[in-house]
Amino acid sequence: MAYTEAKIRDLVDGTIDQDTLHQMLSMPKDQERFEIYLGILQEQVPWDDRIILPLGPRLFIVQRAEDKKWVIRSWAGHDFCDWTENWKLHAKVRVRDTPEAMEKLYPKLMAPSTGWQVIREYFCPLSGDLLDVEAPTPWYPVIHDFEPDIDTFYRDWLGLEVPERA
Amino acid sequence: MNIQTDIKGIVRGGETLKQHRDKIMEATKRSGHYAGLRHMELRDEHPIKYNKLFSRLRAGVVDARETAKKIAASPIVEQEGELCFTLYNAAGDSILTSTGIIIHVGTMGAAIKYMIENGWETNPGVKDRDIFCNNDSLIGNVHPCDIHTIVPIFHEGELIGWVGGVTHVIDTGAVGPGSMTTGQVQRFGDGYSVTCRKIGENDTLFRDWLHESQRAVRTTRYWMLDERTRVAGCHMIRKLVEEVIADEGIDAYWQFAYEAVEHGRLGLQNRIKAMTIPGTYRQVGFVDVPYSHDDVRVPSDFAKVDTIMHTPSEMTIRKDGTWRLDFEGSSRWGWHTYNAHSVSFTSGIWVMMTQTLIPTEMINDGAAYGTEFRLPKGTWMNPDDRRVAFAYSWHFLVSSWTALWRGLSRSYFGRGYLEEVNAGNANTSNWLQGGGFNQYDEIHAVNSFECAANGVGATAVRDGISHAAAIWNPEGDMGDMEIWELAEPLVYLGRQIKASSGGAGKYRGGCGFESLRMVWNAKDWTMFFMGNGHISSDWGLMGGYPAASGYRFAAHDTGLKEKIARGEPIPWGGDTDPENPVWDGMLEGARIKRDKQAITTEEMFADYDLYLNYMRGGPGFGDPLDRKPEAVAADVNGGYLLARFADSVYGVVLAEGERGRVVADLAATEARRAEIRQERLAQSVPTRDWMAGEREKILAKEAGTHVQQMYAASFKLGPKFERDFRAFWDLPDSWQLKEADLPIPSYGKDYSMDLSELPDVNIVQLVEE
Repeated sequence: MAYTEAKIRDLVDGTIDQDTLHQMLSMPKDQERFEIYLGILQEQVPWDDRIILPLGPRLFIVQRAEDKKWVIRSWAGHDFCDWTENWKLHAKVRVRDTPEAMEKLYPKLMAPSTGWQVIREYFCPLSGDLLDVEAPTPWYPVIHDFEPDIDTFYRDWLGLEVPERA
Repeated sequence: MNIQTDIKGIVRGGETLKQHRDKIMEATKRSGHYAGLRHMELRDEHPIKYNKLFSRLRAGVVDARETAKKIAASPIVEQEGELCFTLYNAAGDSILTSTGIIIHVGTMGAAIKYMIENGWETNPGVKDRDIFCNNDSLIGNVHPCDIHTIVPIFHEGELIGWVGGVTHVIDTGAVGPGSMTTGQVQRFGDGYSVTCRKIGENDTLFRDWLHESQRAVRTTRYWMLDERTRVAGCHMIRKLVEEVIADEGIDAYWQFAYEAVEHGRLGLQNRIKAMTIPGTYRQVGFVDVPYSHDDVRVPSDFAKVDTIMHTPSEMTIRKDGTWRLDFEGSSRWGWHTYNAHSVSFTSGIWVMMTQTLIPTEMINDGAAYGTEFRLPKGTWMNPDDRRVAFAYSWHFLVSSWTALWRGLSRSYFGRGYLEEVNAGNANTSNWLQGGGFNQYDEIHAVNSFECAANGVGATAVRDGISHAAAIWNPEGDMGDMEIWELAEPLVYLGRQIKASSGGAGKYRGGCGFESLRMVWNAKDWTMFFMGNGHISSDWGLMGGYPAASGYRFAAHDTGLKEKIARGEPIPWGGDTDPENPVWDGMLEGARIKRDKQAITTEEMFADYDLYLNYMRGGPGFGDPLDRKPEAVAADVNGGYLLARFADSVYGVVLAEGERGRVVADLAATEARRAEIRQERLAQSVPTRDWMAGEREKILAKEAGTHVQQMYAASFKLGPKFERDFRAFWDLPDSWQLKEADLPIPSYGKDYSMDLSELPDVNIVQLVEE
């Protein structure tokens, strides 16, 4: 099942109509989605470097135009690190580990107890955008949540050329 | 392998059950294809016949469920649809299943395999029109309240398959009333346990079974009607198979029964390639076990400790579309009822996958053969001790699986399949349970299934659905109040959306709801709470926040009888803002329990006492500052969000609109959001700076004993987890954390004894340990 670029743009923008959304959920997947999706995102981001893989609404693996290096970049343009590293280690973090801090997010009694669980918010150092939230026990290592095999994904699964990587 | 060769077996063609299963397993292992089926002749060369068989059988299995459930009197079955029927081939592998609690595709299959591996064929014998019953969690069941009825299917005197039916019964005669109780800490207190017992012949239940089983449980009428539901469904499906064979021939049916499993295996592999991205994904889940509290009354001192259950997971998707799920680092089983068998843990993951990766009607054991699971022996989901209790295994099943949504959703998001992204599933609680004498003056137990309608996680394109579903029953709902009032001596004083229970985000998690119940016309009555409290088990995704966690509210000696007589105001509706409670002020002199202790054991309740049943929300997706301001105003107007969080979480400035409603002030919101972004930068530090401080806390062992116990137990069972932890924090060799050094008991840490050590028992191992 193929969809027009306009429908996929609606999906990205969160304005997709219910019928198409249901179709997207219930029908086999459209393999060409990835390229159309990248094209739409590429138009939207405020920089020209090529998006290799979106990691979140405001986080991407990009091919840096100046040196062809693959890096993890925020929407606002902050380059965190090489694409194989854990970007969170290069972000800014705020830890909610007191009842007062928790109760700005949840009503009292509906917040986690900070002796059991804390909330770690990872921000873009340029914009203050919230890129990820972890909610582990105290002491928990920062999780390297995703190590994509992009070469296999592009070349073997989608039949696309793997973009140059310095 | 112990292949018998000299005995005429009951399986079609003359093999014994054991010979047949061994042959299928050996061919699967050797070829990498189920039953050695490199080529699916029926599917590929007679596709119309294959699909006709599939469609007819699948429709019949679904029809059996819909018809049979009307026999049940229990609202758990009749209202919530907590039942399922599955058709198996002769080797005990599922071919197809109905809708409903499809985790039992695997658990009933495990029971059949147990019978096969333990010689049931010769003793007690497996004959046409026999009926078997099983609810043994040590061989794969989720928890004892899920009762299996299993019927073999014969054709011309030879066994050609099995059909299984399961219902979630309301009580199994555990230490406390209700199906998922908390008071026991060992299996012996979990209630009636039946291991693949022959309970009937010639389609008739044995009288000794009927007498014994009824007196083993509290709610006898529900028990008996649930059993008739299961037997009727199984017999409908057996008749369907006989008709299909009459029309299509036994050879076609037999071929279908094996090709369908291979088809399912390949289907999963293809969907993985079509929807995900190869690579490695890591995530983790936690849930609290707060047992040191006075209101948790358990029989054993060594169980009265606070602990945290922990399950990290690493998901590897390979180039060929196969995948491996490794749960190294998970907590040891514990002295509570939240342990699970490996079959229920893995089979339940299929329930989740049917809602995303394999949303087809072809749900069968093929998906299990297409997945490698590694569950270290001794963990809570693969216990190495036969004393462990299972009554509420869901406490951590749902909380550990929710992490997998995040892993899968990263790949969906990367590929642009935003419609599939799901931030996670709610912790499906609270469970209102209890018992005593009901309004009909009968011994009774209650187990409200309102939490079959929790909030759903947000997607990458819209909010999670509120008070909608539970991960374990995609078709569940909250049930009608009027029906619950018939089943329980508890009057509704309110049912409303639980504001701020869904996790915040660009798209917020669906909210749960809450019901205020007043005890009415009960005698010698007890109730208890069962849910997460100190920990929210959902995290949120890509900037979204976790769902809210739980708490309890109960009130005794309320004086409501007199207030009602005097026509005075009484509590009603919801506990809208627990930070600013309204009800407490209306209950002067009452004993009120309002705290984070969301797990308790049986507590006495009298008429006019109150109990709040709060169903949890789902987690959010994306930065809340990216949420449309109008949507935030709509949340406040709709009762989904308490107004003060519009500012503190979403940066939305509200103004008064028409007819008492609020509207978003867009200009002021923009300014406020810019201010919040600056606050975030001012209040945050580079991650590595924070890590330096956290490392000092670890070196000084600054954390609660429950936190330290969690790490110590995970280190012992997960050497890689410990190595990674030590490397991440750069800890010296001198830093050691052992359970033996902590000031709490740790029974079970060194001594355990598995079911396999019993004489004449062959366990069926289906995962890597």
